[in-house]
Amino acid sequence: MYLNEIVQKLDLTVLTNHKDFSELEVKSGYCSDLLSCVMTGASAEGIWVTLMAHGNIVAVAALLDLTAILITEDAQPDQDTIDKANDKNVIILSTPKSNFHVCGELWDLGILAPQN
Amino acid sequence: MKQLRTAISDEDAVTITKTEELAYELRIHEVMTEKVQSLSPDMPIEDALNIFQKNRFSGAPVLNDNDLVGVLSIEDIIRSLREGRIDATVQDYMTTKLVTVKKYDPVIEALKTFARTNFGRLPVLDENGLLVGIITKGDITNGLLHALQRDYHQEELIRYRASHLFEDIISARTSLILRYGIRKGDFIHGGNASSNIKRALLRLGATPKIARHCGIAAYEAEMNLIIHSNNGGTLRVEIEPHKITMEAYDDGPGIEDVELAMTPGYSTATNEVREMGFGAGMGLINIKRCVDEMRLISSKDQGTNLYMIIYLNDSDNNASTLT
Repeated sequence: MYLNEIVQKLDLTVLTNHKDFSELEVKSGYCSDLLSCVMTGASAEGIWVTLMAHGNIVAVAALLDLTAILITEDAQPDQDTIDKANDKNVIILSTPKSNFHVCGELWDLGILAPQN
Repeated sequence: MKQLRTAISDEDAVTITKTEELAYELRIHEVMTEKVQSLSPDMPIEDALNIFQKNRFSGAPVLNDNDLVGVLSIEDIIRSLREGRIDATVQDYMTTKLVTVKKYDPVIEALKTFARTNFGRLPVLDENGLLVGIITKGDITNGLLHALQRDYHQEELIRYRASHLFEDIISARTSLILRYGIRKGDFIHGGNASSNIKRALLRLGATPKIARHCGIAAYEAEMNLIIHSNNGGTLRVEIEPHKITMEAYDDGPGIEDVELAMTPGYSTATNEVREMGFGAGMGLINIKRCVDEMRLISSKDQGTNLYMIIYLNDSDNNASTLT
């Protein structure tokens, strides 16, 4: 599934610079707030669902080549984090829903766990 | 000259095939000369000779109105001089047995025709049989060289290679060393060193997979220095054509029980650090899964030295299990 469909269907807010999301595929999903667990468990071109909004999430997403980070419960990243994300071409999305809720919705859309 | 007995390496095979491939891909109209100087049949041979001398060619097509009726070459002119016929016209000495090629045919057809006929130049006709250009062997060579150069540039841009770093740099042992100073507690810059390492590797021609694995291992090592060291530390990456060696070292506090530290879930991170999502206790495990060799040397109150090696081989088949 492509990122533009996900943003539209889940009514997500885009916090970083706009680009053509119809070209970006989301192949799997992962949810955790512990960064090293994300390092192990998330796969490239996946979407990462987390409550964490601080600057260190950007490096994780960039290193793993994730399609996007989805920050939940309206947690707000600061401007430095957003700038860092734009600089590294990392997409940050936002939703007021919880990790659990939005993971369920992603699963229903067909975004499953990474195949390993 | 290569002896035929020597097995051609697959790199050589690729070069030969590329040129051959191009001979099939390039069309005659892409390499031919379009502005053709033509002669008329009743032109005196002397005029033809002057034209050849002025323009430095060795042959030209002969057109009657717009119809191709023959080709006159220097050899034909020499024949006329030998026979003392300087007053002859182009028509008298031109070759009328015409061998031509078509503009949309691949260059390989022209090459075959050259091989078969021994002519130096071939007139090029369009679908209606009208002369649109002339092609010589030189035109073909230039065309192929241009195309090879263009394709080479394109390949340079797509730096996706099977783990061959430093291909053009020759020495007894080549290595590039990257060094980063990591400060304790510097969460703001956390991840910068590993991101730079990953980018450098991609730039040098590493596959995305290798670059990602090195990036992940470097990240965990970098964060460990930021979170756990007394005074920060150094990250040193030595990149060689066949392996990448990464080292993270500091001067304290040291790891009392290395085996315990390697246990999944075990972490000595403070609460503040855990609130940031660190301290899952998976860092060293992640490193082990990303690299081919890992050594952790440390003891309480001594510095810690973390040593990681990733091998690059042609099959891109490393021990790591992460994708």
